[in-house]
Amino acid sequence: MRVAFLGATRGMGRALARLLAERGDALHLLGRNSDKLARSAADLEVRGAAGEVGTTECDLERPETFEAALTAAAEQLGGLEAVVVTAALFATQEELEADLDLTRRLLQVNFSRTVEFCERARHHLLAAGGGKLCVFASVAGDRGRKPMVLYGAAKAGLAAYLEGLDHRFHAAGLEVICVKPGFVRTGMTAGLTPPPFAGEPEAVARRVLKALDRGTPVVYVPAVWRGIMLAIRLLPRAVMRRIGF
Amino acid sequence: MEPGSEAQASPSIALPGLLAAGSKHAATIHTVADQETLSGWGLIERPGREVRSEDLAAITVGAGLTRGLGRSYGDSSLPAAGTWVAASPLADRLLAFDQQSGILHAEAGLSLREINRLFWPRLWTSPVLPGTQDITLGGMVAADVHGKNHHVDGTFGRHLEWLLIRLADGEIVTTSRERDPDLFRATVGGMGLTGHILEVAVRLQPIPSPWIRAESERIAGVDEFVSALREAATDWPFTVGWFDALATGTKLGRGILMKGRWAQPAEAPVEPPSPKMRLAVPFTLPNWTLNRLSMWAFNKLYFHLHPRGVKTGIVHPESFFHPLDVIRHWNRIYGRRGFTQHQCVLPEGERPGAARRLLEELTARGGLSCLCVIKDCGEQGEGLLSFPRPGITIAIDLPAGPGIQELIDGLNRRVLAEGGRIYLAKDTFARAEDFQAMEPRLAEFEQLRRRWDPAGRLSSAQAVRLFGDGA
Repeated sequence: MRVAFLGATRGMGRALARLLAERGDALHLLGRNSDKLARSAADLEVRGAAGEVGTTECDLERPETFEAALTAAAEQLGGLEAVVVTAALFATQEELEADLDLTRRLLQVNFSRTVEFCERARHHLLAAGGGKLCVFASVAGDRGRKPMVLYGAAKAGLAAYLEGLDHRFHAAGLEVICVKPGFVRTGMTAGLTPPPFAGEPEAVARRVLKALDRGTPVVYVPAVWRGIMLAIRLLPRAVMRRIGF
Repeated sequence: MEPGSEAQASPSIALPGLLAAGSKHAATIHTVADQETLSGWGLIERPGREVRSEDLAAITVGAGLTRGLGRSYGDSSLPAAGTWVAASPLADRLLAFDQQSGILHAEAGLSLREINRLFWPRLWTSPVLPGTQDITLGGMVAADVHGKNHHVDGTFGRHLEWLLIRLADGEIVTTSRERDPDLFRATVGGMGLTGHILEVAVRLQPIPSPWIRAESERIAGVDEFVSALREAATDWPFTVGWFDALATGTKLGRGILMKGRWAQPAEAPVEPPSPKMRLAVPFTLPNWTLNRLSMWAFNKLYFHLHPRGVKTGIVHPESFFHPLDVIRHWNRIYGRRGFTQHQCVLPEGERPGAARRLLEELTARGGLSCLCVIKDCGEQGEGLLSFPRPGITIAIDLPAGPGIQELIDGLNRRVLAEGGRIYLAKDTFARAEDFQAMEPRLAEFEQLRRRWDPAGRLSSAQAVRLFGDGA
């Protein structure tokens, strides 16, 4: 598979990109820091990626970089078969409540900029007759919850967009994969206390890869979070107001 | 420690690594792990905090120490009071591999498990494979680890090309046998005290197949072990013995000798070995799980399950090199009290019977242990504080708890009397005076440390305990 990957330098994105590389897929990495991109590209090449792993700077806070990055990726790979987006901003609810600028940035990056990037990716994929668009939302978007009010709202919006995209363009050949990670032990969550059922990025990546290959529209990782979120969605509001989850 | 003083000591880093697509004005986010305590593999907790990120270069700024996967048993990877430790495992990228020379260049957090998984099927191996693969490249350098091939290939340091290090003053330098060789020698086996190891270049070895042709046999006692290891050394690149320290009399130190070499393609399976499935000890077991009776039974069973004759076969390299790794968190069987390992090397050549006298000391003091390891060592490495030296090394796992300090003191006095020394990566309880008496090399190491870190910024809980840091 020929994959343009936004966010492959760390965490779940790094683990997923490694699985793609180790089975011999071709990758082009997009991200905001060229030094880190080059190091991750080297890592993926040693692991077995097909050909040279290209890199292009692309920053979700600078929408003017989107089109050029996707075009560069498509050119280097000889066409795109999949676009993966794992990049996002993260901050805790406390940090966001204390800083309206950070809140604005996070909502923008995680929702409107990501959607804008996906719109451009969709054009590229559909122009080539279809392909896969795999985007990381979050279980935080499944229901408004105390510890994830703002982050969750942006991810809820993103998940709704991805579902709509699936309905609208599936017949045209676009396969949309919305990944909903629960708590996963990565650099992003390094300062937080892991709950039970916390996942490891490698195991998560294996499950995402399966979903990516099959075109599964929604995938919870680790799998146990599907059940957890089902239960959370069924809880009455009076209960949600009381619990801290 | 007061919560307030913790907050002062904790770093606040604008982590470029935290957000995959943030801007240059990334939010300042505390990434100090929540827990107030850290422990080594022996599960004896000490106050301390670690910072974890993919960007090792960023988090080592101001850190007092870097740790890898925390497999050293005691306090080698724990911070000195008032400092924190940077954790490297997320910094695990391979940066280059040269098919011709076999030189692998990677970030220091890359684990040996990953190197094995990626390179065995390509017919390359790490030149040194210690008892566990859940260690990082940086840790392998810092402890200058050894394996079953020490009598042939020496320690890990011998196979290094160069290291990229962040010095105490923040500068990042490359060091090798040619560039600042004194820094290189002090860093190999220097327990992370000379600088933060950021990247490592090591020469892998080609192998004929990724499988092991192994032979094993029973050995009647410790003296027989010493001579059996000596004999096996001429024919086998990999040798190690497991022995029963609870057997008494002439059976003292009886056990199983394991020998191996990489299998030739003709005798090995065609398929490369797939990574072993792993079970886990799900929670910390009660302290009484391992007691005299269960250890005695385990040791006896392990010995008698081995057939009387020579057992030969083609075995999975993980089973041969890293047998305990198939059980995750096996350290939990020791219970909440935790445990330690006493590993020493004794100059058996100059002092025949030293290994037996150490075991007698252990038995006389009622030390309880299962799964003890014995191995002959070859030449001393170039690292200034590198552990192995010619002789016999013995490793004994011991539950912590009442009496452990006296037991360790007794063993260390025996080691001292025999002219041996202990392995810092395993040590939790040694006294400064005993360690310093064993290590005439310490003065030169400390002198170099002062040269490269005049302000004494780098330290560890172990260096405070044994080297006199902060005194």
